[in-house]
Amino acid sequence: MELRDKLRAFILESYLFTDDQTQLDDKASFLQSGIIDSTGILELIFFLEEQYGIKVADEEMIPENLDSVDNVMKFVSSKK
Amino acid sequence: MGKIKPQRLLHEGLHLSAAAYPGKVAVIVEGKPYTYQALSDAVNRLANYLVEQGIKRGDRCAIYMDNTWACVVSVYAILAAGAVFVIINPQTKKDKLHYVLTDCSAAALISDTHLYSVFNSVLADVTSLRCVIASGDENIIQDSTIVAFDTAIAAANTDSPKVATIASDIAALIYTSGSTGNPKGVIHTHLSMTFALNSLIEYLRLSPDDRILVVLPLAFDYGLYQLLMSVQLGATLVLERSFAFPAVIFKRMKEFEVSVFPGVPTIYSMLIAAHGRSVLEFPAIKRVTNTAAALPSEYITALKQIFPSALIYKMYGQTECKRVCYLEPELADKKPTSVGKAIPGTEVFILDKQGNQVKPGEAGILHVRGPHLMLGYWNLPDATNKTLVDGNLPREKYLCTHDWFKMDADGDLYFLGRSDDIIKTRGEKVSPIEVENIIYAIKGVKEVAVIGVADDLLGQAVKCFVALDSSSGLDLLHIKKVCAANLENFMVPKYFEIVESLPKTNTGKIDKKDLK
Repeated sequence: MELRDKLRAFILESYLFTDDQTQLDDKASFLQSGIIDSTGILELIFFLEEQYGIKVADEEMIPENLDSVDNVMKFVSSKK
Repeated sequence: MGKIKPQRLLHEGLHLSAAAYPGKVAVIVEGKPYTYQALSDAVNRLANYLVEQGIKRGDRCAIYMDNTWACVVSVYAILAAGAVFVIINPQTKKDKLHYVLTDCSAAALISDTHLYSVFNSVLADVTSLRCVIASGDENIIQDSTIVAFDTAIAAANTDSPKVATIASDIAALIYTSGSTGNPKGVIHTHLSMTFALNSLIEYLRLSPDDRILVVLPLAFDYGLYQLLMSVQLGATLVLERSFAFPAVIFKRMKEFEVSVFPGVPTIYSMLIAAHGRSVLEFPAIKRVTNTAAALPSEYITALKQIFPSALIYKMYGQTECKRVCYLEPELADKKPTSVGKAIPGTEVFILDKQGNQVKPGEAGILHVRGPHLMLGYWNLPDATNKTLVDGNLPREKYLCTHDWFKMDADGDLYFLGRSDDIIKTRGEKVSPIEVENIIYAIKGVKEVAVIGVADDLLGQAVKCFVALDSSSGLDLLHIKKVCAANLENFMVPKYFEIVESLPKTNTGKIDKKDLK
């Protein structure tokens, strides 16, 4: 599976409890759309670290890196 | 306003601070500063707009918003218009929003455009609404009856509207989870709120030089009172939407030299975990406060490293009286499990079942006395009578917390447990019945029981046991989806367990005591 599809599948399944792809817009802010809240972001970070073998530093935990599918993809590819 | 006039109303704190410090920064919202003059002007403009829309003294006006500038303005504008603010968590889903707006017969709703799809679906059913305002991206709104926040505050008049409000009038309804399932609207007057916030300022030893951080929702009274205290003092509030991105918060704390850090155990647990990965130190923080759930004693050592110059306050409260007690920070090491004494100007007693005071060391139910008590629950006289019980003076009421406590020989309090089955997760109250009702409504569900289980990060995690009708083809994924669509995020069970059937008592009721 492509990285993006894997990430989308994780978000849909863990936070929206659905496999309906139309429920998740790649540009939508996780926080503002209520998809993920403060403890949810930690789970997302654990997922990224495990799936992509990267280490997310504290100073990288910012919306620009983590607050939408697009932002996460950009962040993950910059870490590779 | 003349300086000799005593403060009677909650929002007069803003007028006084704006007169004393017009050019000072009142609020910094996600990095953007606004002065007291700007806040006061925006508040009066919106208040005049609300009055023009026919909002009258005592009308309930709902605020369904994130922690934004518009939310801060709305709280004070509703008060300045003589009305009552009803602040609703932006995570609230459609049915509960509908319940709250209908229960309080809301005359106005102020929200954010990104919540349009939720609130728009209930507008037609809430016939009491006369005015709907939304802040944010105006292009989302296609309904001409919804007014953009910026349009509403564009009205030129920055004079405070003349209203007849007195201190005994209602200032706010704060909805809180109740053991019966539906949330209850806690009624607070200008008197009770102004009294409480001055008592808090006193024991926290705050000053106009403080910069108070808010990462908790303003819809949670703990978050709301940070705003009220800050404005009352003429201090500066550093407002953030949430603690979701700690690195952003850490940057703001340094940039704006935050001096007061109010948190709940989940936030402290996240901070301590981050401190374990790379050392954190915020020497500018002078006060650290905790409430909503007990702060584990083992956190204190790490918190002292992270906040080396701070006094650490452990507190206990209920929305029904805002705050009950606090431990003097100098006693934190000596009495690591105590939540201390009654807040200044109030009293507490521990009573046994017969209503007699218990001896030191004995367990009983904590009762509270003082001007900070609520007037009651909105529309719920029976629930009010169970919680506000007769005191010793004619017509006086005490607040029964329904929580078990004991007191030591010095009079310091220790929380022992709740007498109802409310779950406390991430510092938020979750009513098991509210969650069970949502799940029971799903076709194919036979039995449900929701309990709280111990959790390192959350304090308690919500766990759901469910028995399914095997012929229904119902699966857990669907149940989770229904929960996520109808409940605030913190109420959605973290754990599910499918069981054949649930244990019962002799009378056939589901027996939760052996579930874990």
